[in-house]
Amino acid sequence: MIGNLTRRGMLKTGAAGLTMMISSGAAQRLSAQDGGGQVTIGFSQEPTVMNPHLPHIEVDEGIHFNLFDPLFTIRTDGSFQPALAREVPTVENGGISEDGLSWRVLLREGVTWHDGTPFTAEDVKFTLELQADPAFNAMRRTGHELVRNVQVVNDHEITWEMESPFAPYPSILAWTFIVPAHILGEADDPNTAPFNNSPVGTGAFQFGERVAGNYVMLEAYPDYWGEGPHLDRAIWRYIPDMTVLYTQFRTGDIDVIGLQGIPFDRLDQAEGLDDREIVIAPAATVESFTFNMERPQFKDPAVRQALYHALDKQTIIDAIYYGIPKPTETFLPLQSPYAKTDLETVEYSLDRAREILDEAGWVPGDDGIRVKDGVRLAFTNSTTAGNSVREQTQQFVQQDFADIGVEMTISNLPPAVMWGEYWMQSQFDSVIVGINFPTGADPDVSNYLHSSSISAQGGAGQNTWQYSNPRVDELLEEGGRLFVTDERKAIYDEVQQIVHDDLPFLPMFQYMNLRGHKTGLEGFDPNVNVRIETWNVAEWRWA
Amino acid sequence: MATFLLRRLGHSLLLLVLVSIIGFALLNLAPGGPLSQFALSPGMTQADLDRIAEQMGLNRPLPVQYLDWAGGLFFGDWGASFRDGRSVLSVISGHLFATLLLMAASTIISVGLGTLVGVLGATRRYSLFDQLATVGAMVALSIPTFWFGLVAIYVFALELGWLPAGNMYTIGDQSLGDYAIHLILPSVVLALVNVAIWSRYMRSAMLDVIGQDFVRTARAKGLRSQRVLWRHIIRNALIPMITLAGLQLPTLLSGALVTETVFTWPGMGRLFLDSLNYNDYPVVMGILMFTAILVLLGNLAADILVAAVDPRVRLE
Repeated sequence: MIGNLTRRGMLKTGAAGLTMMISSGAAQRLSAQDGGGQVTIGFSQEPTVMNPHLPHIEVDEGIHFNLFDPLFTIRTDGSFQPALAREVPTVENGGISEDGLSWRVLLREGVTWHDGTPFTAEDVKFTLELQADPAFNAMRRTGHELVRNVQVVNDHEITWEMESPFAPYPSILAWTFIVPAHILGEADDPNTAPFNNSPVGTGAFQFGERVAGNYVMLEAYPDYWGEGPHLDRAIWRYIPDMTVLYTQFRTGDIDVIGLQGIPFDRLDQAEGLDDREIVIAPAATVESFTFNMERPQFKDPAVRQALYHALDKQTIIDAIYYGIPKPTETFLPLQSPYAKTDLETVEYSLDRAREILDEAGWVPGDDGIRVKDGVRLAFTNSTTAGNSVREQTQQFVQQDFADIGVEMTISNLPPAVMWGEYWMQSQFDSVIVGINFPTGADPDVSNYLHSSSISAQGGAGQNTWQYSNPRVDELLEEGGRLFVTDERKAIYDEVQQIVHDDLPFLPMFQYMNLRGHKTGLEGFDPNVNVRIETWNVAEWRWA
Repeated sequence: MATFLLRRLGHSLLLLVLVSIIGFALLNLAPGGPLSQFALSPGMTQADLDRIAEQMGLNRPLPVQYLDWAGGLFFGDWGASFRDGRSVLSVISGHLFATLLLMAASTIISVGLGTLVGVLGATRRYSLFDQLATVGAMVALSIPTFWFGLVAIYVFALELGWLPAGNMYTIGDQSLGDYAIHLILPSVVLALVNVAIWSRYMRSAMLDVIGQDFVRTARAKGLRSQRVLWRHIIRNALIPMITLAGLQLPTLLSGALVTETVFTWPGMGRLFLDSLNYNDYPVVMGILMFTAILVLLGNLAADILVAAVDPRVRLE
């Protein structure tokens, strides 16, 4: 791997790669032998934020993954693979101390930034410290704010301490792209540095140009340390309308249809297209019918159970989502090794729902709506206005709920209002929402389910259900300290069981993304652990 | 003339201040804000959101935010986009060329064709051509641009394969011919509606003039009908069209949202919609001010032009 740099350089100057063929590992990594060419990817949202640590959305990450490298990346199976680190630090290899407090990372040698400057431990130190820098508008600080005493041992070794053990930190590091200290660190203000619009990374591709409102173009970085790139160029085109996005996929103007992908109602047609391969890729996001548990209607567990029995998931999936997503009982993606797959499937039965409400003492009033202790079983349900599939779901659910004497009023809001304070401060009765619960591939869900994460009660997280269960708190705290997979599995199994019993939200289904590419493009492999399908363009090639 | 210009300038400045205050207030008082797009990111916390809001200066009182922004505007600093941190002026200028290209092409088609159809229709009133043009204009006005654009893509790009399905140019080519071939579908689709509008205006402006006494006099003194048409009718009929053109000038630069969306044309219309969707306040306000200035300039230019061509009008 270290010979990579010189080999590539020699190939470039035409000095033939014969010497390189000696090492078999390196032989597979030759990119000059490949067909090259370019790939054009269509996105229905525009990547605009090139600095991976400024506030951004998922399409921006589609660019970051190719411009930059983290210390180690996360593969489709959830395992870590060394990137800028020579090996993934674990308790077993001594990279992380038994108590999880001391970290030591050995860094890859021979890596260069796109401007030719060598990558060193100073860059890692700078990146880690930047996250908690009060003057920097970092997107997220979770985990990074625990880092203390970052020490550069030498150019290729770095150590730091954690204020407290934090098991999800490896997953956070897997999306923490290392940025150059010699550029961003020298800038007057990292928030407005020129770097933010002309980024320099260590990734397989270097920044070409961005034409606002139009496209972002990256070009192959010939001195890349790892596999690839096998393409000369990668272009992300911004195509705002989904019908047009799909049309350009059909005409061949784009080679890959990325986010938001093929509309569900076109799947059959798309699968019949010549020279196109359609990929149905699971995403980590789980759609749920979510309660505000501080509302008097929802304090009674019987109500939540009854509503779960009245929620006809399968019909919703079949009728509204063309049968594409898969029903689920838990909040973790089913591909996660931590997902508890043997949770009881709650059957759809309006009779059972009525029975539960009757037993719990909710009696129909004069208008047919159930009442108990002066509380009418009526509430609003909100989601993003204009999201037609969710609106259909609401109307469908509304009818079933009405059948069991529950009044649900639909009250949708534009996205900027819906996902502002209304959501964060739990100002809703109930909501239909899709949430990506885990932290990367880590099962830690403290941000969503720990009682200290209730924003409406002064907490810092996103526990908008205002869900509070002391046993869950205890388990999450324990799980957050453990670095051993087997022991953690038992803990998160119990968390999933309790949440399935308590039902702060009714899990409906896990998202499926419809993507596609031209036949002949190899390496396209969506990863459930990241938010965007262009995470590995370095590995893409034309056959 | 000088006093007229000064007075108009004063009015315009006052209007701009009013527009900016109303726009700023409407934008900022509407519930929700630019942070909502980050709320559902994994691991996002309320503390993170509060911190980002503070960094962006969004938690200051509204009048302070306004004065800060307006003060910057006065000195030529229009602020920076929330989305990519670039200055608002460079964001706007980056989209201006695309819009100008599309609008210029479609305006040439629509004004040229529209004037021709209007003149022919008026001179041959109630002829078969006039009837067809009238019906055609109604049809063109009633077809949604979105639908027409998609049909055009379906026929010419997907089925026939003659023209590209969208985009302004092939990345890496960008020759004149490449631009031209990409320009055909969007400019024609956009022109379709405008041909209808221009031809209707032109036709009725012509008919207004044709019935006037001086036209009858001109004919009575034996002028050839071609000469009457060109020297007397069309010249006079074009005067109201100047005012109309002045009103059209801002749309030339503010873009055509629907056409730009269907043909993935990176122009101002889409920039405005995207900026609204992302609550990119500085860019939205920038486009608002830019358009307001254009409207005022367009009107001013039209007034001066009318005064120049029509001796009956005096600017005071």
